[in-house]
Amino acid sequence: MKKDIILAGVGGQGILSIAATIGYAAVELGLYLKQAEVHGMSQRGGDVQSHLRLSSNEIASDLIPRGKADMIISVEPMESLRYLPYLGKEGWLITNTKPFINIPNYPDQEKVMQEIESQPRYVALDAEALADEAGSKKSANMVILGAASPFLDMDFEKLENAIRFIFGKKGEELVDINLKALRSGRKFAQENK
Amino acid sequence: MQKSLLLGDEAIAQAGIDAGMSGIYAYPGTPSTEITEYVRVSKEAKEKGVVASWCANEKTAAEAALGMSYAGKRTMTCMKHVGLNVAADVFLNASITGANGGILFVVADDPSMHSSQNEQDSRYYGKFAMIPVLEPSNQQEAYDMVHLGFELSEKYKIPVMLRITTRLAHSRSGVARKQSRKQNQFKLPENLRQFVLLPAIARKQYQGLLNNQPLFQKESEESEYNTYTPGEDKTLGIVACGLAYNYLMENYPDRKVPHPVVKICQYPLPHKHIDKLYEECEKILVLEEGYPIVEEMIKGFMDHGKPVTGRLDGAIPRAGELNPNIVGKALGFPQEKLAEIPSLVASRPPSLCKGCSHIDSFLGLNEALESYGQGRVFSDIGCYTLSALPPYESINTCVDMGASITMAKGAADAGMKPSVAVIGDSTFTHSGITGLLDAVNEKTNITVFILDNSTTGMTGGQPSSAYGKIEDICRGIGVEEEHIRVLKPLRKHHEENTRIMKEELEYDGVSVIIPRRECIQTLNKRMRQKFKEKEKAKAANKNA
Repeated sequence: MKKDIILAGVGGQGILSIAATIGYAAVELGLYLKQAEVHGMSQRGGDVQSHLRLSSNEIASDLIPRGKADMIISVEPMESLRYLPYLGKEGWLITNTKPFINIPNYPDQEKVMQEIESQPRYVALDAEALADEAGSKKSANMVILGAASPFLDMDFEKLENAIRFIFGKKGEELVDINLKALRSGRKFAQENK
Repeated sequence: MQKSLLLGDEAIAQAGIDAGMSGIYAYPGTPSTEITEYVRVSKEAKEKGVVASWCANEKTAAEAALGMSYAGKRTMTCMKHVGLNVAADVFLNASITGANGGILFVVADDPSMHSSQNEQDSRYYGKFAMIPVLEPSNQQEAYDMVHLGFELSEKYKIPVMLRITTRLAHSRSGVARKQSRKQNQFKLPENLRQFVLLPAIARKQYQGLLNNQPLFQKESEESEYNTYTPGEDKTLGIVACGLAYNYLMENYPDRKVPHPVVKICQYPLPHKHIDKLYEECEKILVLEEGYPIVEEMIKGFMDHGKPVTGRLDGAIPRAGELNPNIVGKALGFPQEKLAEIPSLVASRPPSLCKGCSHIDSFLGLNEALESYGQGRVFSDIGCYTLSALPPYESINTCVDMGASITMAKGAADAGMKPSVAVIGDSTFTHSGITGLLDAVNEKTNITVFILDNSTTGMTGGQPSSAYGKIEDICRGIGVEEEHIRVLKPLRKHHEENTRIMKEELEYDGVSVIIPRRECIQTLNKRMRQKFKEKEKAKAANKNA
């Protein structure tokens, strides 16, 4: 098993909680893991990415080679496109469609969607809307993770357990919301891939 | 033992705790911040009484660490690469005094300048100081090398440098821990003159350092971290230093490199392996993260030997960090055509947070300076440096910590009027006070803005040494009371604030304006914490 994943978003959007959830599940499965994060300046509203690598064999590089990623998981549509040079020929693009606009020259949203839809393999969904239905807009991250879950080659149960562990300290209610969010994202992906 | 998932920085911190470190001293700086941060929140460290201090700057931090070493205990001082410039005085002289308890200088370089103003390579400093340098290639080695570093430091009574780069500092992986070791007992140096660098003693001490060079060399030759792996194809031999080794291996999915490979993680550069490689191969490729220091050494000034290739001849770009693709290209692998970034993707630079107090300060300053024209604002290093970008475009310099006030002074001396300095509260106590004193002593006509958000913001909100002390410091070094003006940077005070700024810009002498409002990030964090505690208390009441 080997999965190389680029997580993308804008500083402050919390892509690291997606990484933490997958990471927890991966450790439970006894997989090797490397995860390169961005700290410092870019966290202030700039574009951020994390390279998440899982494998049943030892991993050499902390960075994913360009053209080799199995997946881009993005919580922001324009940001999902920034990392296309990393995506492998068979790779999937999983992205939120809800833009995060903090720059004056944000491109035309329709054109962004056209670019996403021109990809051979993609899932694009309004994660915030589904998260809202699940009980909190803040769980949009878990909707996105759910949408990526069919392509992770990981028992879905393991991801659910990871959420139980990570959000467990913050109360049952939050666990339920995030589980619901995760499942709704997964359902969307299964129906729309 | 189960492995812990740790950032490179965290692995170093945990290793320090496990290796019996008694104190860690630092000033925050990306990508080194998380080392000290980790120790400060570690329960284990607290139970063991490990001192974990954010200091005024890297120099004070390193000196405190040297003091702890003097007292016989193990200690670490951590900084980003440019932080070592600030601590360079103590760093280079500590190689002459030597150590008593083990002391590590942990320095995190930032090739590609993700969060820095240059990409200087700290290995040059290590060579300059003539001390052993350790350069781990992964998180586990980072953990293990802290132990090795302390052992070397105590064996030879010498400071040791642990050099990492951004990718290792901020990448997470599984790390197996060693058994915990007790802290050292308090113990004075055997020779009470060891640390007295009077010329006569310093000469002796320096001779000792020189005498130790062959021993450091021997340690490198025998180090388990410097390895030679044979390969059949001897048309090329590869030297891979630290993290570069991973990028090399990434290019061979079965991890079998057809060429002989020397992996370097400990300096001085070991002769044994490299001589062998040079003898048997037609050409040498050097892979290193940072400047081409090893490449230069192997190539030599005369460059009469076999071809040595790397950053110097363009096989690898001269600037920027490595990655698997760059290394693959240097190895001659065919490069697949990659998808391009669609042209509509706009760059998204970092920016000041919504609600940040600096925004109000810069809107005021821009308006106050309007009649004088642009190009008069010297600034410094922190979140407020982002005001160089649109929409503010307020500042004209960012050079090194503290340089705003001193450069403003020099420009004022050259006749610039008004001459403005903008510096953050934490940067002010880091390196700004002495410059302000220079200006006061000569009654230079400058206007200094000390933007007080009561934290070290850019690195994630560490406590600021300046907290609650700024006016007193200014008064203490002689700034006139009536020209110390404290403002509250809020939109509703914009007109009044701008008026005060204009007044002080016109004043012929040193004035200090202190716009003070807490960082929006630390404020939010505090509010969340408060809310949590309230909820907890509520739940407790309910249960009772």
